[in-house]
Amino acid sequence: MMEGDEYCKYVSRTAPKTGELKTLLSAFCVGGFICMIGQGFTDLYAYLLPETEESMIGALTSMTMIFIGAAFTGFGIYDKIGSVAGAGSIIPITGFANSIASPAMEFRKEGIIFGLMAKMFVIAGPVIVTGVVSSVIVGAIYRIIAVV
Amino acid sequence: MRKGKHTYVPEEGIYIIKTISIVGPNEGRGRFSSYYDAVLQDYDWDCKTHEKTEIKMHKYAIEQVIEESALGRSDIDCIVGGDLLNQLVASTFAAREFEIPCLGVYSACASFGEALAISSFLIGKGNMNNVVCCTGSHFGAVERQFRYPLELGTQPAPSSQYTVTAAGSALLSSTYKENVPIIEACTIGKIVDRHICDANNMGAAMAPAAADTIITHLRDMKRGEDYYDYIFTGDLGKYGRETLYYLCKKQGYDLAGCLNDCGALIYSDEQKDMQGGSGAGCLAAVFASYIYKEMCAGNMKKVLLVPTGALLSKGSSLQGESIPGIAHAVAVEMRC
Repeated sequence: MMEGDEYCKYVSRTAPKTGELKTLLSAFCVGGFICMIGQGFTDLYAYLLPETEESMIGALTSMTMIFIGAAFTGFGIYDKIGSVAGAGSIIPITGFANSIASPAMEFRKEGIIFGLMAKMFVIAGPVIVTGVVSSVIVGAIYRIIAVV
Repeated sequence: MRKGKHTYVPEEGIYIIKTISIVGPNEGRGRFSSYYDAVLQDYDWDCKTHEKTEIKMHKYAIEQVIEESALGRSDIDCIVGGDLLNQLVASTFAAREFEIPCLGVYSACASFGEALAISSFLIGKGNMNNVVCCTGSHFGAVERQFRYPLELGTQPAPSSQYTVTAAGSALLSSTYKENVPIIEACTIGKIVDRHICDANNMGAAMAPAAADTIITHLRDMKRGEDYYDYIFTGDLGKYGRETLYYLCKKQGYDLAGCLNDCGALIYSDEQKDMQGGSGAGCLAAVFASYIYKEMCAGNMKKVLLVPTGALLSKGSSLQGESIPGIAHAVAVEMRC
């Protein structure tokens, strides 16, 4: 029988691999398409609300995209998009909405408090923690540089 | 009677007098669609959770196998059941309805083999007369326990497998019945760990255990690789089956003519399933439908069932543990 190391090498050599070109292309196209829709909303809001500040338009666009991501998750469409697009549908803000809406739906069965509320951020939680911690670090560095 | 190192041959006949299979909609469209006893229209089957659906599937498989074998519930001495959920909630919760003694078994996806082997030991020496074996799995229930929420948009790895929604039961009896297969020998498998850590490649994690059990069985029984018409492994998938073939060939056993894998076969070629199906219901349902019916029809005489299991939990993988594999072998034969 093959020993551990030899077998692991055999498996890593022969196991089916992800077709990189195909997955890159589908991620690029779907991810690009989602961003295109986002840009469409930005332009639409800028046209409809000409007096509004640019940052407010951005917030409105984000809210719309989050709503669409969560709604598509609820209708059972987003996981099908994700199975083709991979990172293309995970990276945009719609993917973030999907990562919160999907565990909320899944664990609703264990009740509102210990199911939905407790498990809602099991996937998005690490992203939020990383975001908060890195913004604190960047803020501190920025402050030090400003003092010096 | 013990034979060789790890193989046991029942001294009296143990007859598999009836089997029942129930599968989900995807499996129902698969390769063995015409063999199943029941196919679900959807994954819920009027239940609020997928765990409840799995319990209902187990209950159906146990109930029907007793009913269709023309025995009463009081004739059954024990239910030996298993599944993949924590604390075996599917098989044990299903058994609470029957008021029949119950044993829960766990060898991950090899649980059906463990159930058959333990049942054979229970029936041997005149201890028990009729025992029901039942194992199953449900895609939705397993996915949330071992992986991610169903609606999360992730991309499956090309080496991964799709957990089947299926349950299979078999009624084993010491009472002679004409034209049904018997359990001829059981080999209890060792836990084999070749340090595979990729939970998306369970075929590679389980293949060394399957190779070890098959070779131990053939050596114990002093048989060549051509003795069996078919060797059915549980859920190695397409890649795992190729790996098993390679490992056995290195040991001097060429299984090209007889090696099949239930996971690799359960879906049709048109279904997009990566490496195939997996789960405790995979071999159970394929045996309870296709293999059993083909054996009774006389198209298969000697079959070696080798259900395979990957012994991991979500926590063990995150803690950096590798994935140990296990496989049990059960020889099933038609005696003419």
